[in-house]
Amino acid sequence: MKKFAKIDKERLLLGLAAPVLALVAAFLVTSLVLLATGKQPFNAFQIMGSYGVKSDSQVYILNKATTYYLAGLAVAVGFRMNLFNIGVDGQYRLAAFVAAVVGGMVSLPSFLELPLIIIVAMLVGAAWAGLAGLLKVGRGVSEVIATIMLNSIATAIIGYLLQPGRLAHLDANTNSVHTTVLPKSGWFFTFTTNPAAGPIQGFIVIAALAGVGYWFVLNRTRFGFDLRTVGQSESAAQASGVNVKRMVVTSMLISGAVAGLVGMPTLLNESHQYATDFPTGIGFTGIAIALLGRNHPAGIALGALLWAFLDRTSNWLEFNGYDKEIVGVMQGVIVLCVVIAYELVRRYGLGRQQRRVGEELAAAARKNTVKEEVTA
Amino acid sequence: MHALVGENGAGKSTLMKILYGMQKPDEGTITIDGEQVTFNHPGDAIARGVGMVHQHFMLADNLTVLENVVLGSEKLHGIGGKARAKILEISDSYGLGVRPDVLVEDLGVADRQRVEILKVLYRGARTLILDEPTAVLVPQEVEALFDNLRGLKAEGLTVIFISHKLGEVLSVADEITVIRRGTTVGCADPKTTTSKQLAELMVGSELPSPETRESTVTDIPLLTVEGLRLTAPDADGIERTVLDDIAFTIHKGEVLGLAGVEGNGQAELVEAIMGMRDPDAGVITLDGADISHAPTRRRRESGIGYVPEDRHRHGLLLEAPLWENRILGHVTEKPNSKGALLDPNAARKDTERIVAEYDVRTPGIDVTAASLSGGNQQKLIVGREMSHHPKLLIAAHPTRGVDVGAQSQIWDQIREARREGLAVLLISADLDELIGLSDTLRVMYRGRLVADADPATITPEELGSAMTGAASGHLEHSTAAGGEDE
Repeated sequence: MKKFAKIDKERLLLGLAAPVLALVAAFLVTSLVLLATGKQPFNAFQIMGSYGVKSDSQVYILNKATTYYLAGLAVAVGFRMNLFNIGVDGQYRLAAFVAAVVGGMVSLPSFLELPLIIIVAMLVGAAWAGLAGLLKVGRGVSEVIATIMLNSIATAIIGYLLQPGRLAHLDANTNSVHTTVLPKSGWFFTFTTNPAAGPIQGFIVIAALAGVGYWFVLNRTRFGFDLRTVGQSESAAQASGVNVKRMVVTSMLISGAVAGLVGMPTLLNESHQYATDFPTGIGFTGIAIALLGRNHPAGIALGALLWAFLDRTSNWLEFNGYDKEIVGVMQGVIVLCVVIAYELVRRYGLGRQQRRVGEELAAAARKNTVKEEVTA
Repeated sequence: MHALVGENGAGKSTLMKILYGMQKPDEGTITIDGEQVTFNHPGDAIARGVGMVHQHFMLADNLTVLENVVLGSEKLHGIGGKARAKILEISDSYGLGVRPDVLVEDLGVADRQRVEILKVLYRGARTLILDEPTAVLVPQEVEALFDNLRGLKAEGLTVIFISHKLGEVLSVADEITVIRRGTTVGCADPKTTTSKQLAELMVGSELPSPETRESTVTDIPLLTVEGLRLTAPDADGIERTVLDDIAFTIHKGEVLGLAGVEGNGQAELVEAIMGMRDPDAGVITLDGADISHAPTRRRRESGIGYVPEDRHRHGLLLEAPLWENRILGHVTEKPNSKGALLDPNAARKDTERIVAEYDVRTPGIDVTAASLSGGNQQKLIVGREMSHHPKLLIAAHPTRGVDVGAQSQIWDQIREARREGLAVLLISADLDELIGLSDTLRVMYRGRLVADADPATITPEELGSAMTGAASGHLEHSTAAGGEDE
C-alpha cells in the first residue's frame, strides 16, 4: 500500500509542477518585457499585489471569477471529451440575450422567474452547441470550425434583433440599446460582507454547485466514465460499448448548457438587461482558464481567480503609469507557458513511471532468478 | 546469415534498435568490418551499410514502388529513368521480382516485404537486419523469402535475422545466437542443434504447448452467424465487400479457430460480431437472441468477452490507471458500478484480485496501463474479460507480443473456461496456436470462409496453402506431407 501512496503523491507533485512552472516562466517573461520598456518590474508586481488584496478588489475579483469559472467549466467539459468548443462565446451571448428577452416579457414570482430565465439560457446555449455536435457526427465538420462560425452567426442574430422596434428599446438618456429590464423578481440575490466593498453576486453559489456537479458527474458516474473514455481513446471507447457519436452530441449539449450559465451572473446580478455593452469574449477567456486549471474543477477555480485578479489590477497599473497592456502580455504568456509546461510534465511523468515500473519488475525478476538458481 | 532468436521481450528488438542507431547503448562496442563504430541515429547506420527491414512495413500505400524506393534518397540515382534502371538491376540480380511502377497498395504482404528489402539494398546496405520477417507470411511465402535471402548471402551480403520460429531459423541460418532476458545465453550451430534444444535454451525451461487435451464440445449452439455480409469503403472511398456470405456456428465448449493472412476480413468479422460495424445483411444469434444490430454495450452485457487484436487501440486506456482500465468495457456491470454511479472502491478491489490471480506484474493498480509490458497488459485484459464470465470469448491474437510464461497462462485460461462451456472464436496468425487450441478450424480468404479443417490432423503447411487461396473446401491431411519437427 505504501508504494501506491508514493506514486500518488508523485502524481500530485507533478500535477502542481506544471502550473507553478508556467506561472514562474510567465513572471520572468513579463519582467523582461517590463525591463525592455524601461519600467521597474518588481514595483509593478508590488502595485498589483497590494491593490489586488483590497476588500473592494476582492469582491470585484470574486464576481468576475464567477463568470470566468462557468466559462472555464463549459470549455473543460468539451476538453475532457477531446472536443474543442471554441463556441462558448457565441453560446453564452445568444443564451443571455434570449433569456433576457424572455425574462423581460414575463413577470412571475421569483421562484419561477429565476429558474425560467436560467433554464431558457441553458437550453439556448445547449441548442447552439448541439448544432456543432450534430454537424460533427452527421457531416464530419470539425467542431472547431463549426463553433467559430456559429459565434459569428450568433453575433449577427443578436445584432439584428437587438434593435429598437424589434426586441430592444433605445434608452434616450444613455443612447444605448437594450432589452426590456427584468422585473425585480428576476434579480438574483446578492450578499454584502463589507458595505464599502460592494455586494458579492449570489450566482457564485450556482457556479460552485456547477463545479461540484461537474466533478461528480465525470468522476463518479457511469456516464462520466464513458465521456472520459471517449476523450482518451475513441477506438477503445467504441470497443467498450460507448456510442461515440451520441456521446459527442451529448457532451456538446452539456458544454453548451453550462455556457448558457456564463452570462447569468452579469444578467441576473448586475445589468438586468442585455444591452449593446454586454461583455463579450468571455468564452475565449474560458479556454485559457480551462487550460490553466487542467480541466479540474478546483484548478479552474484557481485559474478564474487569477484571471480576475489580473483583470482587476490592470486598470490600477495604468493609473500608476504602467501600460495596462502588460497584463494582456502576462495572460498570453501564461497560456503559452501552461500548454508547454503541461505537455513537458506529462511526458516526463509518463516516461518516469514507465522506467520505474520497469526497474521494479526487473529487480523482482532478478530476485526470482537467483532463487530459481539456488533451488535448482 | 546470422539468426538471433529469443522469446518476445527477450531484448531482440532493443538490440536491433541499437545496431540501427535508433537507441544508444550504455556500454559495449559495435564493430563493422573490423572497425569500431558508434551510431547516433539511423543515418549513421545507413552510411555504414547497415539496413533494416522493420516488422511493420514503412511504405506509403498511395505511391508506386519506384517512388517508395527513392523517397528520402533522391540524391542517389535521381527519381527517373536512372533510378528505375537501378531498381530493376537490383531486383534482377537478387531475384526479387519487383515491378517498379505498381502502386504499393496493390501489392500483397510478401511483395511489400520485397520492396522493403529492395529499399534497403538501394541505399547500399551490406548488412541487412530483418525484424521477424516471417511473422506476416504464410509458409509458402516464407520459403520464397528464404530463397531471396540465400541469394543475398551468395552475393556476399550479411543478413541478421530475428525470429522466434525455430524451424525456420534452423533451416536458413548459418549461425544462431540465443538471447534471453537481455543477455546472450548461448550460440548454436544449426547443423547439430535440434529445435527442441534451441527452444529450451531460449525459454530456459520446458516448452509449453498449446495442445488441448480432451474435447469439451457440446451440441448446444451459442453463436450462429448466417449469411453475414459487410461492405466498407476502402482508402479511395470505393465500396468494397469485406465480408461475404459468412456462416458458422460455435457451440458451447467449442473453440473455433479462424486462420487467414491478415487483412482478409478477420478484423471486420470480429467488429461485426462486437457491434462496432453494422452488417449489410445476415443474422448473428447469440445464445438464441438475435443481436445482428444490437449496440456493442448490450452485446457485452449479454456475455461477449473481447480480447482485441490491437490492445492499445481497442483494449486499454493507456494513460489511465489500471483500475480504470478494469472498468473499461464493463462499466455497467458489477462490481464496477451500482446503478448509474461508479463504485471505485469495489472496482479497485477487483483490480487487485485480477492482478494477483492473473499474475499481472505491476507495482500497483494506480500506475498507468502504458507503463506495463505488452504481456502484462494482455494478462490484465484477459483477466478483465474472464472476470465477467463470458458465454462467448472473441480472442484475436491473444498471445501476440506476449512472453512465453504469459502465453501458456492465457492458453490455460482459455482451456479452463472452455471446459465450463465457454465458446471461443480464436483468430491467430500463429498456426501452431490455432491448430493446438481449436476444436474446429476455418480458413478465411478475401472475406469468405473458403475452407475448413480438422485440427487433429492438419499441418501448418496445409493450412498455409488454403490461406493463400490455393486450396479450398474440406482440407484433408495428406500423409505425404512432412510432419512437424516440434
